[in-house]
Amino acid sequence: MPAAIDTARSRASAPRPEPPSASSPRSWARIRRAGLPYLLLLPAVLFELLVHVVPMLVGIFMSFKHLTEFFIRNWSAAPGAGFDNYRFALDFNSAVGRNLLHSFEITCGFTVLTVGVSWLLGTGAALLMQDPFRGRGLLRTYFLVPYALPAYTAAITWEFMFQRDSGLVNQLLVHDLHLFKTAPFWLLGGNSFWALVVTAVWRTWPFAFLVVTAGLQNIPGDLYEAAAIDGAGTWRRIRSITLPQLRPVNQVLVLVLFLWNFNDFNTPFTLFGNVPPPQANLISVQIYDTSFQNWNFGSGSAMSVLLLLFLLLVTAVYLLVTNRRRKAVD
Amino acid sequence: MRVLNSAARTPLARRSALLTLAVSTALLASACGSGGSGGGGTAGSSGGSQTTLTYWASDQGGSIAQDVKVLTPELDAFTKQTGIKVKLEVIGWNDLLNRILAAASSGQGPDLVNIGNTWSASLQATGAFLPVSDDVMGQIGGTGRFLPGALAATGAPGKPPVGVPIYSMSYALYYNKAMFQAAGISTPPATWADFVADGKKLTKNGQWGVSVEGASTSENAHHAFTFSAQQGGSFFDSAGKPTFDTPQNVAALKQYVDFVAADKIANPSNAEYSNGTEAVKDFATGKAAMLLWQSADATLATYGMQSGQYGVVPVPFASAGASGPTHVDSIVAGINLSVFANTKNKDAALKFVKFMVSKETQTALNKAYSSLPSVSDAYTDPAFQTESVKVIQSVLANSAAPMPAVATESQFETVIGSALKNLFADAASGKPVTNQSVAAQLDQAQQQLLAGG
Repeated sequence: MPAAIDTARSRASAPRPEPPSASSPRSWARIRRAGLPYLLLLPAVLFELLVHVVPMLVGIFMSFKHLTEFFIRNWSAAPGAGFDNYRFALDFNSAVGRNLLHSFEITCGFTVLTVGVSWLLGTGAALLMQDPFRGRGLLRTYFLVPYALPAYTAAITWEFMFQRDSGLVNQLLVHDLHLFKTAPFWLLGGNSFWALVVTAVWRTWPFAFLVVTAGLQNIPGDLYEAAAIDGAGTWRRIRSITLPQLRPVNQVLVLVLFLWNFNDFNTPFTLFGNVPPPQANLISVQIYDTSFQNWNFGSGSAMSVLLLLFLLLVTAVYLLVTNRRRKAVD
Repeated sequence: MRVLNSAARTPLARRSALLTLAVSTALLASACGSGGSGGGGTAGSSGGSQTTLTYWASDQGGSIAQDVKVLTPELDAFTKQTGIKVKLEVIGWNDLLNRILAAASSGQGPDLVNIGNTWSASLQATGAFLPVSDDVMGQIGGTGRFLPGALAATGAPGKPPVGVPIYSMSYALYYNKAMFQAAGISTPPATWADFVADGKKLTKNGQWGVSVEGASTSENAHHAFTFSAQQGGSFFDSAGKPTFDTPQNVAALKQYVDFVAADKIANPSNAEYSNGTEAVKDFATGKAAMLLWQSADATLATYGMQSGQYGVVPVPFASAGASGPTHVDSIVAGINLSVFANTKNKDAALKFVKFMVSKETQTALNKAYSSLPSVSDAYTDPAFQTESVKVIQSVLANSAAPMPAVATESQFETVIGSALKNLFADAASGKPVTNQSVAAQLDQAQQQLLAGG
């Protein structure tokens, strides 16, 4: 992932100045100069290994073990499982496999909706905030509040608002606007999916707003001036200048939003507790349930590895397709 | 600082490199620092001879602040007696089992922990807890000192127990006296038919017959167990194999969900209640006339209900003359105190166990929590001679059954509790709850349970 962002970013930036001529005899200094960035990267790389790669490898190791409550104190004693855990997770005739598939579908729908709406809101707001006006700074700061709030605080507030009897949402919809005769449930049944999407969008869109706002600052103003002279209207300018210029930013933004939301655990767990309604059962919570509620850490890990593979695949295809498209456009 | 000073004399590139190094070192140090304190929980002897025990207590008093208030004076007394400090953390019921599991798998945990006694067999299987040897049992007064029912819920039969009971509880039916009088009901119900009939009379004008915690997996599972036992059913056969999808279990689950679905004596909103306080609050604030709960006196008092305002009777039976194995109206509920196998302060921890089951501590804590002492010699205190205590005492002695002592017990609570949560959600949103839909949920729950093993 970080590598993907890096390449995207370096491509997005202006062409680099030519390196100093290579004929310099002071090779030691050159090695030192060339080596310095790597030296500075070293702590980050070590931490990346420690924080991400090692746990990932442990997870993969666990997925090949029958790791149940009898072995959680001494993992090494757990019997090997071969591909049993994977076969079990992908057996869609059993309750567990069926639930996994179902939660996968739910998660796909949830992610597409959340990323789409967040991107639209974020881009729309960033465009509206582009021209200076009185109070712009204040509004921009205000928009970032959901992003700055801790995940738990944000989601638990929504949980209170979505409660059937005492929640603000029903107070507004039922008692003030009289849209429903009987108060609907938002944390149970089909509505729980929409409650989840709304909460996730609310938490995600400020990030899209922030990134697009930053991206907009890099678009040269003379492009717009030239377009204005040519008689292009606002919509035309957005379509022909803003969006193409934002493309590298959007490429990364959409990918990051997708990965975050696909893996989101905090929002559903805070909204619904340990057992989410089936209609809003995201895959991360499903994996958690398998691991911690059913005490089967082996198959929980296998599901995590499958999820990892899926996300890797999606990311690779996405980067390949978008990069190729951009090359074609260039 | 020294790094920066020396850097002032070096060329610019070196200087910035050194600065970056200094900053990253500082970041590193702070990351380690916060990691160390955040991952805390392991108690060590903090300098000198002072031993500090870490103790995870369960939430017994309706709020964590209330528990801290109740426990602190006792822990201070223990420190005074033994010179051993105790670091207390009260953990809500939603998180307790997960925290214990995480502690067990990482080996980083407290020295002592309270567990719901129904988890005993499951946690025993993990080996996370120190077995209570005969020697230790002798030191704390021997098995004869403890209530037999409470002692039975400390692990699988035939294996050394992995905890000692400290608070004993059972379910009972709590009813609002004024509401019963207003509805013209003279005696509280003793059978479920009466319970439903009374519930219908009591349900009117925004007031409901009964409040239930419909999204709480453990509450759901306890009721499923009791209701099934009353039908002559069970969730496990004698070999410990799950037998979920039986007519008795279907009837049991349906009976409970029907409080919302068919009988309509509970508020559909109860399907959302999950944190173990909302149903009690509804009862305490007059939104519901009845409550099926474990030793609720202390919690009700926390929410401002006076003990004169409600009555306590045993949970109803399926029929008036229930006897034999169907004469069950509660699980053997209670809290055990267990010592983590990883503790570095075994002796101090055992001293603490000894302190917690002493007559004085048992009396003081159980009085505060309105639970029952698990040792017989503490019953002389007048606090345990009240009506509601006598009801619970008699239930525990005569008609409470222990939850299945199988290693998959805690998974059983989760999958059955979830099945009921889904059924309550169906009922609340007006979907019909039929024998087929209940059976389907039970079947799925059983597959999930088997998947865990």
